[in-house]
Amino acid sequence: MNGFAQLFEGLDRTTKTNDRIRFLVKYFEEAEDSDKLWAIALLCGKRPKRKVNSTRMKEWAAEIAGIPFWLFEESYQVVGDMAETIALIIPFEEGENEVSLSGWMKKIIAAGDEDEETKKKFLIESWKSQKRSERLLFNKLIGGSFRIGVSQKTIVKALAKHTGKEESEIAHRLTGNWSPATHSYRSLIEEETGDEDKSKPYPFFLAYQLDEKSDFNLKPEDWYAEHKWDGIRGQLLKRGGDVFVWTRGEELVTEKFPELMDLKESLPNGVALDGEILPFNDGKPLSFNQLQRRIGRKNVGKKLLQEVPVILLAYDLMEYNGLDIRSRPLSERRRLLEDVVKRTNHPTLQISPILNFADGEQLAKIREESRKHYAEGLMLKKISSEYGVGRRRGAWWKWKVDPLVIDAVLIYAMRGHGRRANLYTDYTFAVWKGSELVPFTKAYSGLTDEEFREVDRFVKSNIIEKFGPVRSVKPALVFEIAFEGIAKSTRHKSGISLRFPRMRRWRKDKKAEEANSLADLQEMLSMYG
Amino acid sequence: MKDALITFSQKGIFCAKGDFYIDPWQPVERAIVTHAHSDHAKPGHGRYLIHADSEQILRQRLGQNILVETAEYGASFTLNGVKVSLHPAGHILGSAQVRVEHAGEVWCVSGDYKIQPDPIAENFEPVRCHTFVTECTFGLPVYQWPEEGEVMSQIETWWQGNQEEGKVSLISAYALGKAQRLLARLDHSIGRIFCHGAVHVVNEVHQRQNKLEGDFQYLSQGVKKEELTGALVVAPPSAISSSWARKLGPVSIGITSGWMMLRGSKRRQNADRGFILSDHADWTGLNHAIKETGAENIVCIHGYTDTFSEWLNHNGYNAMTEKTLYESGSSVIKQNDQ
Repeated sequence: MNGFAQLFEGLDRTTKTNDRIRFLVKYFEEAEDSDKLWAIALLCGKRPKRKVNSTRMKEWAAEIAGIPFWLFEESYQVVGDMAETIALIIPFEEGENEVSLSGWMKKIIAAGDEDEETKKKFLIESWKSQKRSERLLFNKLIGGSFRIGVSQKTIVKALAKHTGKEESEIAHRLTGNWSPATHSYRSLIEEETGDEDKSKPYPFFLAYQLDEKSDFNLKPEDWYAEHKWDGIRGQLLKRGGDVFVWTRGEELVTEKFPELMDLKESLPNGVALDGEILPFNDGKPLSFNQLQRRIGRKNVGKKLLQEVPVILLAYDLMEYNGLDIRSRPLSERRRLLEDVVKRTNHPTLQISPILNFADGEQLAKIREESRKHYAEGLMLKKISSEYGVGRRRGAWWKWKVDPLVIDAVLIYAMRGHGRRANLYTDYTFAVWKGSELVPFTKAYSGLTDEEFREVDRFVKSNIIEKFGPVRSVKPALVFEIAFEGIAKSTRHKSGISLRFPRMRRWRKDKKAEEANSLADLQEMLSMYG
Repeated sequence: MKDALITFSQKGIFCAKGDFYIDPWQPVERAIVTHAHSDHAKPGHGRYLIHADSEQILRQRLGQNILVETAEYGASFTLNGVKVSLHPAGHILGSAQVRVEHAGEVWCVSGDYKIQPDPIAENFEPVRCHTFVTECTFGLPVYQWPEEGEVMSQIETWWQGNQEEGKVSLISAYALGKAQRLLARLDHSIGRIFCHGAVHVVNEVHQRQNKLEGDFQYLSQGVKKEELTGALVVAPPSAISSSWARKLGPVSIGITSGWMMLRGSKRRQNADRGFILSDHADWTGLNHAIKETGAENIVCIHGYTDTFSEWLNHNGYNAMTEKTLYESGSSVIKQNDQ
């Protein structure tokens, strides 16, 4: 596993894409097929589930390190990563072993079925035989927390370079429901097979954010404008008589949306549709918050199905009559899509309307009204565009509405994780209710590293109280919080919850007293909730 | 602790009986200074008392006109009836622990210290005392330093790799202490070594005192860019992201610091490599040092004081914490902590 541990360390060390590709190619060149397969699976986020309870793991590590459990927890607060904390406190000398990545994965998976004592023995023996860098990796793999910030695109590029195949082919091969249990490296990457997995989705084509810097020339006759719907981007396939629904995260979610499974009878065979899975009732969309009630549930009950039914609001067609039509222009794909929707003739499948506009000014006005339609803004798609892979500049643009904003006071802080470990970067914000500050949201992103360091310094010297890892802080700093939506919530003290809140700007010009009030938020709730 | 031999006041660590301060951060009449790093040796005191090896650096940093008295390790002297002596702390050249004794009660103030042998600083020597005032910058069990030799060969391998790519190896190290430790330990046959001005002036003091030798030179304006290719440049942390560094041509940046133990801190640095090298004691070192003092009472300052003192109490010590103004900021990397 040492080779993969080195790869992991190398990828961790650099953010430069070219270096990362170089490290990956080098690994692929040197590794055995069985290890390459596991490496690809892990890099693509296909990690085995946790095999050992994390509290047990912490307890055993603390025990062999000879430290009390609370001290482990304190250390973990600082390190911000459990697997790393364990790897750092293990007192054993570095060991040697010849076990490969796939060998370790076999052991790890097998360990999952053992009793606690056997697991403990396995962990301790493993740690003794490993180098420090292997321990970190091993802990992440057995603890189910392996994650690495390498984009799919980087992996695809490296594999294309390694195999000499086209990037699009590799991207396609990596999609879908494969795992090291079902595939070999050869069958996944190399082999020319006739019986392609019929559930395989196409890589999604993505849009760039439109802003002042974008090189964009609006000729109404060249562009389709649509609402940018606020649901889950999804792909609906029907092949060989079966229906498959994929999300953009390339998760197969067919069973979660029985409404879409109903399309099995009426949808023509050999199609792949791109669209928005949208909560929809009485002829109009519902808010994303409603959809959120369905996400993450294994079984969606009858009541919820009735309250929050979904449709597929389709906007593109990649496959028609079993043929890949992605290279045909959007105008043609749209015509075929209209035909498919019409032939299907089912209320669950609808088409995202094309918005008419005469000029940029009118388009801007339509955009302003997006929130009324529970849309996030506009999509602009070049009529001549093909359905590409990944994000490409110029063909599709998303033009989001400006976020809602409110000025709030920082009142609690917690240390962050990963590259922000040991820095206070996770904040809770409050607004005024009379003379009281009511917390209403957390936010972790939006500041520069320099600003985070500055806030961190402020927090450290202005702590009022400690509650576990949370510090209450002198209410003095004001931030403009931007968010995409607002909804009623019974789980929050403030009675509201925000969608995608982040810090847009540090209002150094404002004092805490000048922040907004709960009444301001409630007004927003009545307008947009 | 009102009547204790040593107290912690607004101005610094204070011995009322002896009427002196140790590493005070506000101007006082008499200051015993553990070492010449800027968070311990502040300007403006009436008289300084410091180890003999630190005098020149102290004058270089605070001015030639300051009033300095010096002492050797282990030689005791009396201040207003209080017996005082300095003992090696192993941190940097001339760094000292301060032993204070009165009426049979012995305190020792550690200053900054490390247990690992240093090529220049005299090895840390435990001082038997009743009360030990200890730093605990790295007072968590996750901080356990790898062997120094292992780290030096990592740096050398990185340097050689950069040579192959035609890059300059720019390594950050605190100008006083860490930089000289690198210069003394690294293999000079790999390539040329240049030093930033801030490092260079400290080197000169070391060389005058015969504490440092080797083949390295000041990176003056006259050095041509071509000469730098494949060279190692030693610079203080503040210079790494300055316009000075951008003029060196293609560089790979390495940082030497104990904080590099954690991946999170490493990633925050925007450096190409982080090397775990500290002039402070690690977890094992702190515990070892405390045990060796035989002290019952431990005062934790500077670092993870709350957690570390709780751990000591858990182990039967009578430990407490005191606030000081030495730069620690357990997460923000300050120059002196590297």
